[in-house]
Amino acid sequence: MMKNLIKSNTVIMLIFAAVVLTAPMWTAPIGANYPDLLQKFAIFGIFAVGYNILFGLTGYLSFGHAAFLGIGSYTAVWSFKLLTMNVVPAIILAVIVSGIFALIIGYLSLRRSGIYFSILTLAFAQMAYSLAYSVLTPITNGETGLQLEQQDPRIIDSMFGVVVTDGLPSTNLFGTLMSGYSGFYVAAAFLIFAFYISLKIFRSPFGMKLLAIKSNQTRMKYTGFNTKPYLLTAFIISGMYAGLAGGLLASIDPLAGAERMQWTASGEVVLMTIMGGVGTLIGPLLGAGIIKYLENIFSALNKSELTEIFSFMPEWLQTIVVNISNVFVGEGWHLTLGALFMLIVIFLPGGVMEGVTKIKDFILGIFGKGEDNRTAEIEGEAK
Amino acid sequence: MKKNENTPHLNRRGFLKVASATGVAASAPMIFMKDAYAAKDFRNDPKDSKTVTLGFNVPQSGPYADEGADELRAYKLAVKHLNGEGDGGMMKTMKPSMLKGNGILGKKVVFSTGDTQTKSDAARASAKRMIEKDGALMITGGSSSGVAIAVQGLCQEMGTIFMAGLTHSNDTTGKDKRRYGFRHFFNTEMSGAALGPVLEKEYGKDRTAYHLTADYTWGWSQEGSIKKYTEAMGWKTKAAVKTPVGAGDFSQFITPVLNSGADVLVLNHYGKDMVNSLTQAVQFGLRDKQVNGKDFQIVVPLFSRLMAQGAGENIKGILGSTNWNWALKDEGSAAFVKSFGAEYGNPPSMAAHTCYVQTLLYANACEMAGTFYPPEVIKALEGFEFDGMGNGKTEYRAEDHQCFKDVLVVRGNQNPTSQFDLLEVVQEVPRAQVEYKPELLGGELGPYEV
Amino acid sequence: MDAILIQLLNGLDKGAAYALIALGLTLAFGTLGIVNFAHGALFMLGAFCAVSFQKILTISKKVKDESITFFDAYKEQPYLEIWWGDTGTAIIDYAVPLSIIMAIPVMLLIGFIMERGLIRHFYKRSHAEQILVTFGLAIIIQEVIRHFFGANPIPTPAPDVVSGSAAVGAFFGLNENLVYPWWRLIYLVFSAAIILAVFAFLKFTTFGMVVRAGMADRETVGLLGINIQKRFTIVFAIAALVAGLAGVMYAPILPPDYHMGMDFLVLSFVVVVVGGMGSLPGAVAAGFLLGVLQSFASMTEVSSLFPGIDQIIIYLVAVVILLVRPRGLMGREGVFED
Repeated sequence: MMKNLIKSNTVIMLIFAAVVLTAPMWTAPIGANYPDLLQKFAIFGIFAVGYNILFGLTGYLSFGHAAFLGIGSYTAVWSFKLLTMNVVPAIILAVIVSGIFALIIGYLSLRRSGIYFSILTLAFAQMAYSLAYSVLTPITNGETGLQLEQQDPRIIDSMFGVVVTDGLPSTNLFGTLMSGYSGFYVAAAFLIFAFYISLKIFRSPFGMKLLAIKSNQTRMKYTGFNTKPYLLTAFIISGMYAGLAGGLLASIDPLAGAERMQWTASGEVVLMTIMGGVGTLIGPLLGAGIIKYLENIFSALNKSELTEIFSFMPEWLQTIVVNISNVFVGEGWHLTLGALFMLIVIFLPGGVMEGVTKIKDFILGIFGKGEDNRTAEIEGEAK
Repeated sequence: MKKNENTPHLNRRGFLKVASATGVAASAPMIFMKDAYAAKDFRNDPKDSKTVTLGFNVPQSGPYADEGADELRAYKLAVKHLNGEGDGGMMKTMKPSMLKGNGILGKKVVFSTGDTQTKSDAARASAKRMIEKDGALMITGGSSSGVAIAVQGLCQEMGTIFMAGLTHSNDTTGKDKRRYGFRHFFNTEMSGAALGPVLEKEYGKDRTAYHLTADYTWGWSQEGSIKKYTEAMGWKTKAAVKTPVGAGDFSQFITPVLNSGADVLVLNHYGKDMVNSLTQAVQFGLRDKQVNGKDFQIVVPLFSRLMAQGAGENIKGILGSTNWNWALKDEGSAAFVKSFGAEYGNPPSMAAHTCYVQTLLYANACEMAGTFYPPEVIKALEGFEFDGMGNGKTEYRAEDHQCFKDVLVVRGNQNPTSQFDLLEVVQEVPRAQVEYKPELLGGELGPYEV
Repeated sequence: MDAILIQLLNGLDKGAAYALIALGLTLAFGTLGIVNFAHGALFMLGAFCAVSFQKILTISKKVKDESITFFDAYKEQPYLEIWWGDTGTAIIDYAVPLSIIMAIPVMLLIGFIMERGLIRHFYKRSHAEQILVTFGLAIIIQEVIRHFFGANPIPTPAPDVVSGSAAVGAFFGLNENLVYPWWRLIYLVFSAAIILAVFAFLKFTTFGMVVRAGMADRETVGLLGINIQKRFTIVFAIAALVAGLAGVMYAPILPPDYHMGMDFLVLSFVVVVVGGMGSLPGAVAAGFLLGVLQSFASMTEVSSLFPGIDQIIIYLVAVVILLVRPRGLMGREGVFED
């Protein structure tokens, strides 16, 4: 009874929303409570959650999802330039356009499976990146990235008589500016919504069919079941998630750069998902958080800050600890990232989520409820 | 981790100029005009704090990581000097100077660092962190024009001054110039103006050039400027071929040069691309060739000593331009090289020089303005003329925030006396020769108050 | 005509590099079932074998430049030159080819350690996990190299004798002006030799037979009581060696830096997949094919017709081939399709 309550969608969503919306508070102790990083957590969380719908459920490893992120960003910035500074049309268009691209790329790529599929998606994304960086510069503004300009037409805005006289206008949601904490809350609202959709999909017959494709596609086909439409739908949905994330990125910071589509960016979301836990609901979010945290906070630490952090230690120990940890921060943050990838996959094959489950089991085990819990897990999975 | 208690959590456009439109139909779009801060209330105002934070945003990973590391060394040295530690470096030679060695406006200078990864997105994220979390009052650094323009745009939005690091594209102080962005480094237009006459003197008027150009904005900017000045003196341009950034192997672009009839190869590449294309061009025997009865020549318009190391022997005798070189003998350069050398055991790169100077210039402008309030600091920097910083008499032009100063034309040293002695100065091209009208490159600076 | 011939040479040369890297990658794929994202790092390590060998040979007596007082500036003279005069100079000159002697044991050892220490435990894990762990390893290898050698490229010149160009045109009785760098020709020949050696090894030795059988049907071979584990280690070490040698010989063409492996990684995956999973000849053929096409796409005649084609040609060809031929050029059914 209790168990069922915890597993119910409403309760999960309430807890999730509460945790996300209070992020500015609980991220304070780790120094991550500033708008830009919080926004990035939410946006890349959406990206990873969406990616997980494809990869986690169907097992199809796409190496080109960053293309949809980039397309979403470009669409949104163009919407700001041509239509209005309101983010609603920008985000809607971003989702639609990236969905269309996902349809085309997905339709072609899904004719193959396994690594052939991965390379097809990679090839499409790399083509998008190379072209955006060079010959498509009139549309993408190449290396610098697409930016707003004062003399942009903004047709809808000018229809309502809004004239920009001084400097660049700002993106807004019916008046709420998208920068700073309000930007985070808008992104957080989208994240909660995106998570809800993902939860619904995971627990729907559609999700079950995708899982069945993952476990044995051949058998599915033998039973006369056409897997293609299901796979394509999953691909498009996750492409639209990426487009949403891209549109939000551009809404919060109206600049779209080509490197958002490079294979390293696609690789990043793969790593986020695997690191957090493929096929789990929360895992990809955690993965996104960890990677963005390392990128933004660890790369900024330097020796004097480390000395401050370890100031509680006796001096000789402090010197040793600072010198060792100094290798892993600042310009060494990549080293930390690499080490973390290896450690997690070696010791926690299921990603961070497996660690969480293990800890949970351990704690419940102490109270003698381990058995009970496992039954619940099985029930949960079967549902 | 530092926390700035003073960071205002209010948005800079805290309230609206356009009448509040809550009642307007939901679809009505609204643009919010930038409102003026109540007098001198600005983002990250240090107020009563004893320190002032500067943000050093440099590439710590990726191809320009070594250059970024050198920039960071220069920044740390500048901070030391500003706080009255060390030997003072260029603070002693800078004229006019109001710097006293007691920090900026009596506040001790502290800094936060970040990794641009030489990507617009990452650079902006890092700059935002410095502004939003660490309370940085000024952002500086970077090693590419794409990053400089992206961060400069952000800084205009945030109302934070940006003192660009290494950025050479015209756009930084042309098409994409911003009121809050300042560039000490030179640009492709100035490279062209400085190199042109030297090329004419060394290689004559009757030459046919072949350009290999990195296929992005900086490359095009460079190609355009060099073409403009070489064609003006009578050179012909055989072809200008775009090469993908990070191509690695340039053989397929170099071989067509061999029998094209061109007798000069212009490599509009920087960093790794430059090292690779130059190395490979030499391997293909271009420098041993005779075309049209003349020795074949290679020109690298933007030369950096740090990057040239990668090309080894291949740079010997090759002409190019550079912003600054440690071997300069003037008082300012000598003072800087001395304190940098004593601190780190090697001479500063041109990127390090620019970054060091930019930090001092910002600090001095604050002293001149008597406040950290950005619009006042900007006004102090605009049109500021100074000397003793290594490039002779220099002016921060008010119209486009571009520094005008002497430009160096250099040549890869044939007989280096040490591992650092890679470039010899051919000519210090006087400022008057590289100056141009601000209208030439267009762009719009934008407002003082954001 | 000359232009086409020389672009063909360029393409073959590029293709040789792609094929060599892809060969090792596909060996690991086909036999061990490992998706090795650290393969690019092995290529880079090979190049740094050449760099470090050169550094060792040029350990120098430093003569201080007295005119500079602020920091230590030296003119360096390698001890080898001081001790052995011209012989020493000649040895230093041949640093890159000589470093192969060092690279062979080093790369085999690295491959051995990697397989025993890490890869072995991932044979039964999912491809996603293999990617994550090897990618992590690649980053760590890169950062370690950067720690010791910095981020800038390091000049690693070829011996003086072969630093110039060969008169290829005159040799074939074509245009006198048609020249091609000696070192690139050497690279081509070297790659062909390595590729043939690997094929011969797999074709004519019992060991190779077992490995090929393992590629075809791992389970059955295991059931036959053959110690497949030990052979796997050797195969992986060979894959590392091939990548390393490709790196050593490439150093004079591309001055090595810590990131060069990543730049080749994605490309070599595309090559392997276009060739067809589990097919060695496929990988080699795809390598040469993509190299040659890339060269031709860069010709101004072509790129003025299709702007930007030189940037995307590899990926475009990959897409077309994979859509037309489900398993690449020579892939087998069922390999890496789930």
